[in-house]
Amino acid sequence: MQRFLQLPGAVVRPGGRGADGADQEASSPVLGPEGGPPPWYQALQPEELRRLQAPEEDTTPEAPLEGPCPEAGQGQGQSQNQNQSQSQSQPLRHDDLKEMLDTNKDSLKLEAMKRIVAMIARGKNASDLFPAVVKNVACKNIEVKKLVYVYLVRYAEEQQDLALLSISTFQRGLKDPNQLIRASALRVLSSIRVPIIVPIMMLAIKEAASDMSPYVRKTAAHAIPKLYSLDSDQKDQLIEVIEKLLADKTTLVAGSVVMAFEEVCPERIDLIHKNYRKLCNLLIDVEEWGQVVIISMLTRYARTQFLSPTQNESLLEENPEKAFYGSDEDEAKAPGSEEAASTALPARKPYVMDPDRSLLFYHVLSPPFPTLAPVLTSLLPTVPLHSIFGPPLFPPSTTSCPNRGAQGPLTCPLRSEVQYVVLQNVATMSIKRRGMFEPYLKSFYIRSTDPTQIKILKLEVLTNLANETNIPTVLREFQVQARGMDRDFVAATIQAIGRCATNIGRVRDTCLNGLVQLLSNRDELVVAESVVVIKKLLQMQPAQHAEIIKHLAKLTDNIQVPMARASILWLIGEYCEHVPRIAPDVLRKMAKSFTAEEDIVKLQVINLAAKLYLTNSKQTKLLTQYVLSLAKYDQNYDIRDRARFTRQLIVPSEQGGALSRHAKKLFLAPKPAPVLESSFKDRDHFQLGSLSHLLNAKATGYQELPDWPEEAPDPSVRNVEVPEWTKCSNREKRKEKEKPFYSDSEGESGPTESADSDPESESESDSKSSSESGSGESSSESENDDQDEDEKGRGSESEQSEEGGKKKTKKKKKVSEGQGEASSSEDGSDSSSSSSESEETSESEEEQERPASWRRKTPPSSKSAPAAKEISLLDLEDFTPASVPPVSPPTVVSTSLATDLEGLTLTDSSLAPSLLSPVSGAGRQELLHRVAGEGLAVDYTFSRQPFSGDPHMVSVHIHFSNSSDTPIKGLHVGTPKLPAGLSIQEFPEIESLAPGESATAVMGINFCDSTQAANFQLCTQTRQFYVSIQPPVGELMAPVFMSENEFKKEQGKLTGMNEITEKLTLPDTCRSDHIVVQKVTATANLGRVPCGTSDEYRFAGRTLTSGSLVLLTLDARPTGPAQLTVNSEKMVIGTMLVKDVIQALTQ
Amino acid sequence: MIHSLFLINSSGDIFLEKHWKSVVSRSVCDYFFEAQERATEAENVPPVIPTPHHYLLSVYRHKIFFVAVIQTEVPPLFVIEFLHRVVDTFQDYFGVCSEPVIKDNVVVVYEVLEEMLDNGFPLATESNILKELIKPPTILRTVVNTITGSTNVGDQLPTGQLSVVPWRRTGVKYTNNEAYFDVIEEIDAIIDKSGSTITAEIQGVIDACVKLTGMPDLTLSFMNPRLLDDVSFHPCVRFKRWESERILSFIPPDGNFRLLSYHVSAQNLVAIPVYVKHGISFRDSSSLGRFEITVGPKQTMGKTIEGVIVTSQMPKGVLNMSLTPSQGTHTFDPVTKMLSWDVGKINPQKLPSLKGTMSLQAGASKPDENPTINLQFKIQQLAISAGSEKSNFRSFLAASNTLMFAGVIVLRLLGHQAVPRTDVLYAISPESSRDAVPVYTLTVAGGHLESRALKDLKVSQVTGNN
Repeated sequence: MQRFLQLPGAVVRPGGRGADGADQEASSPVLGPEGGPPPWYQALQPEELRRLQAPEEDTTPEAPLEGPCPEAGQGQGQSQNQNQSQSQSQPLRHDDLKEMLDTNKDSLKLEAMKRIVAMIARGKNASDLFPAVVKNVACKNIEVKKLVYVYLVRYAEEQQDLALLSISTFQRGLKDPNQLIRASALRVLSSIRVPIIVPIMMLAIKEAASDMSPYVRKTAAHAIPKLYSLDSDQKDQLIEVIEKLLADKTTLVAGSVVMAFEEVCPERIDLIHKNYRKLCNLLIDVEEWGQVVIISMLTRYARTQFLSPTQNESLLEENPEKAFYGSDEDEAKAPGSEEAASTALPARKPYVMDPDRSLLFYHVLSPPFPTLAPVLTSLLPTVPLHSIFGPPLFPPSTTSCPNRGAQGPLTCPLRSEVQYVVLQNVATMSIKRRGMFEPYLKSFYIRSTDPTQIKILKLEVLTNLANETNIPTVLREFQVQARGMDRDFVAATIQAIGRCATNIGRVRDTCLNGLVQLLSNRDELVVAESVVVIKKLLQMQPAQHAEIIKHLAKLTDNIQVPMARASILWLIGEYCEHVPRIAPDVLRKMAKSFTAEEDIVKLQVINLAAKLYLTNSKQTKLLTQYVLSLAKYDQNYDIRDRARFTRQLIVPSEQGGALSRHAKKLFLAPKPAPVLESSFKDRDHFQLGSLSHLLNAKATGYQELPDWPEEAPDPSVRNVEVPEWTKCSNREKRKEKEKPFYSDSEGESGPTESADSDPESESESDSKSSSESGSGESSSESENDDQDEDEKGRGSESEQSEEGGKKKTKKKKKVSEGQGEASSSEDGSDSSSSSSESEETSESEEEQERPASWRRKTPPSSKSAPAAKEISLLDLEDFTPASVPPVSPPTVVSTSLATDLEGLTLTDSSLAPSLLSPVSGAGRQELLHRVAGEGLAVDYTFSRQPFSGDPHMVSVHIHFSNSSDTPIKGLHVGTPKLPAGLSIQEFPEIESLAPGESATAVMGINFCDSTQAANFQLCTQTRQFYVSIQPPVGELMAPVFMSENEFKKEQGKLTGMNEITEKLTLPDTCRSDHIVVQKVTATANLGRVPCGTSDEYRFAGRTLTSGSLVLLTLDARPTGPAQLTVNSEKMVIGTMLVKDVIQALTQ
Repeated sequence: MIHSLFLINSSGDIFLEKHWKSVVSRSVCDYFFEAQERATEAENVPPVIPTPHHYLLSVYRHKIFFVAVIQTEVPPLFVIEFLHRVVDTFQDYFGVCSEPVIKDNVVVVYEVLEEMLDNGFPLATESNILKELIKPPTILRTVVNTITGSTNVGDQLPTGQLSVVPWRRTGVKYTNNEAYFDVIEEIDAIIDKSGSTITAEIQGVIDACVKLTGMPDLTLSFMNPRLLDDVSFHPCVRFKRWESERILSFIPPDGNFRLLSYHVSAQNLVAIPVYVKHGISFRDSSSLGRFEITVGPKQTMGKTIEGVIVTSQMPKGVLNMSLTPSQGTHTFDPVTKMLSWDVGKINPQKLPSLKGTMSLQAGASKPDENPTINLQFKIQQLAISAGSEKSNFRSFLAASNTLMFAGVIVLRLLGHQAVPRTDVLYAISPESSRDAVPVYTLTVAGGHLESRALKDLKVSQVTGNN
């Protein structure tokens, strides 16, 4: 077929061939002047050239062939023969090029390469130059190199063996310090399509995927689909690379990797979960091409992950603003709170949009439109709006997106190609969602300068949009168009009028009249088209339009277009009872001209005859027989068949009696009126904006959009990535809020917490010294755990520096690497003092990367299952298998958790803030003396346990004892007089306290991180006592655990004004470890931080209300004065703490 | 995505081919040639042609078909937009994009194409970045290259590629800091025969040419931003700021770019500045028809209407026309039946008119169709709100009308004129220098078409390189 098409082309275009020949010659260096050869296309006379070429051509037998049809050879491109003959006919010029390539002069090489590239561009075969060209792959001149690359990519597939020669150059290029060279080496390496080098490519891609330069990583992402198309067995490995690159945070990479994802593993939607929010947020900064790819991917994602929006349509109508933006704000502010939001909202509303989906809407759909290249604007709304949000979706008032997309492109002076595509989509959409476009009806008015295809599409849209109200204007416009000069378009307009008439009953008569007027048009085509449309319209109400049928009957004399004639005949036959006089006459005329008619008309003549015979056999019997006899001998077998069939059916005979009785039913059965439908009616099962939609046929590689899921898949799968891109300012708060969750979910942090809490509880139970050392050990071990993780993070980070990507699932290799590093640093910390210095230096180096890793660690949600898994994996190999996530009582436990855990045996009573087991950090203090209290003595202690109900409150245990001889009733807290900020959570009223009895109650006081006294009244039934509780500064904080590294890092942040240092001499009693620790922890509610050196003590805590860090360092050198340093944002607290601690230590 | 690209001229020769994946035989273009033959005009070749194994997506510009071959499903606009981008890039590189120019610079073209796509996926399409990778050919550079042996190919990664503002390269330096803004508005209207407007819309674009040192951060505000519908920005514009404050805030690309395009749909605001009086009549009996049109200005705020061109497609029945214009020149092509009249400037004192007779086919009845009249015109410097002395920038109102007659007159106003950039809008000079970082402040008020004019332009806070 192609050959057929091609050859005549060559014959028809001798001019082109001549020019072609000229081109070939001109591109020969032989013919060009030496220094600056002329542009290769420069025309020489073909005759001249032939003469010039003649001696060379004589040597080859195929030469004569080459002359007559080089174009044909071109056309078949692949044809080896032709190529050979071509190359054989040009041996000399190629020799010349080869010579030039072999010289040492870069300028000559460049010249040669330029000519070769020009040949390639022309589609000429330059493959025999391969050996000469490939030699220059290592050329220093960058332009020569580039052109050699171009050549290689084009021909390497054909000459695989020789292409291998170049591989080592690329491998060298992959290591080049210049990122551009690295990238281009990878590009070419991955483009040359030589299956043997698949392993090399794989290796190169893997390496490039963790390159420093985002540009190289982008190139790696591009290389993935190339390798995949070359060898699909690599899929699994490639998916790993894709996964890695998906975590990349640079916008440069995002588009490319999603493209690779779409090509290699679109089914692995699970890879997107973790990156979903990041992608949504990055989208606006991604270049426009990437945006398109990401959006189409997100569309698919949305279709699998979110519920159909039609369900909540009513909600959107009701309060769309809030539904979209409200939830999004939540999202932006604190992703952590989104669970709360989404759980809270369903209570109020039957369905609430998934916040993630609103994220998609807000970030993806609305803002990018205007910032994109104008034309892409038009693409976007058509793709996602429809498919994500499904049918009627936006109340028009709430969003201008559809309008912007749909109408903008049409009114902008857009390129016609773009208009064409957009209008196709608009046409489909306008069927189902007329309201969206109705306000812009006039934008679809046809302009005489539009190309025909655009006009027809606009017509389609106008027809779809026509309704009762706007039909007059639309019809007027149609009328104008129907008088235009573009024949095809006029025909389409008439059909459109017909469709409007069928769709809108009210205007049917108007339309019909208009069409009848057109029947008097001088243009046959217009008339014919009108007839066909009128025929369809009449079918709806034939009885009322006998006049029109008569009018049509008259037209048979004039109209020559077969379709129109056939239509008229059919109409007359169908409604012959309405025109009883005219019909036989028409048949008479047609019988006369029967032989001259077109086939389609002949068939209708037979039809007409049969129908008339059935209704009016008296007048038409003979005519019918005549027509049937004519038809019997027609050339067309269809007509002969029809004639035979009709005859048997209508003319009664002995054999065919059975059927002929039903002939009337057969021929004159009532026929349903045709429904005139848009050709775009069923297109919407293809995704809007897709090629398949445009062609209305499934294109290769088209992926159906999945249906909305019945049940919303678990939205929490997307949670993991949250902290990575949220603002740091939010972090503090969130962290604070979710601390309980954090400690809860992490088995890993368990041991360390226990290390902190142990001392206290032990100090109570007086089993100090032994467990102290134990806790020290456990804390250092857990710290190692932590360091492991750090190390691992760092290990991977140093590999892909700024990327700082978080690895969700570790690769084997990575793990082992991480282990290596981890174990080494472990050694360091294990053999504590000796290596502490080296540790420190390494730390300072790592200071830069720390924020990332710190952030990685702290947010609770990022540390779910995978993190735990990592740890245990490492533990297994590094430590002992015994370190199965130990469950031990965390100090900072959320209140609800605490109560939950109360029943658990593992956590003993000390965990829960029990009323009956008073613990205290600072000993009892008197609140109310029994004398002043008239027999009621009240003491209080700071229990150092989190207050149930408000984590910001200090929990105070209050001990009542009744030393009087009458029961004291109705003990409760009266109206407190509190300074601003302070608040009190009262204890539950104690109904009665019998004489000699004592009771304990817990109350919470929020001291607002100040040592102001909380004044309140203690009321009994009879008396009121004014009391006040002033906390020691050490009680205003709660211990936190941190590793040494973290401690140092935090300390580094809190210098200057925030650092208070005092010198002190430690009394000899304070020389032993545990005494120091005990004294400090007794003074202040701090947690010990493991420390490499034996003479240094570190403690950390957070103030309860504001959560600011309090770091305490005691450097107790054996000789000289010890030094106490407190670092805290709260300087007052810091100063007071220093004072208190020194006092405690020196006493 | 995009497999190959073929460049085909209007006579059906493939004069350039480029493959980004495996080689596709050029015989695939046969399907295109078939469609080309079927279509009466080049514009009517369908942009998407399916073939058994490939899909051909084409754009037609500068008398060249850019035919992209694709194999799998891809959003068609993606490809079409890319092809347009290719053409724009060529234009940017070579000044014009025509067959001879492409053939002249085939190597550069090839290199550029190589950079623009990788494996069929767009790689670098910002012309700023491309120009650093492949330097556009100039005579000077050619000379320098021959002498020094340097090349047109950059050996460093373009700075913009990695930055957050990929559209701007770093280290831009100008001795004269200038910024030019052209506001071009086009009226597009349909008018019925009695002269009343059926639809009228204004399409506006602001094209900018910014030559400023360093990383300037510009803001631009409008007198009445509410009027702007359907704005579409260059990616450099901070959308959030526009949403909240209706101010254009952006770090501009270096050189020419289209800052925004907008659309004014409010009908009552559109005052059509010209009118056409028509008197065209055919008589059934006679073989002569009368033809007379007059063009006059209307609501031009004292500006001259220039570049008026009237074209009209006459009915088939018209054999010839003998007309006398009061000014300008006219031609009538008896084959295509196209009448065109180059009027030039309209002098309000003496309105230009074209009068004469049409000779019709003898014996034929009077034509059915209505002749269509197209009118194009330009008004330069239509700055109506001339309240400020500084309103020294020009705006162009370019438009064209179509007149439909005998029954309904439809005025179609379309403007597609690329107006040559000739005027300096603002010359900006550094006010003070601090650490070699120039600081510009500038406030220019200007008016244009009343309320939707640019209010002022501020070049605020110019940060240094990087």
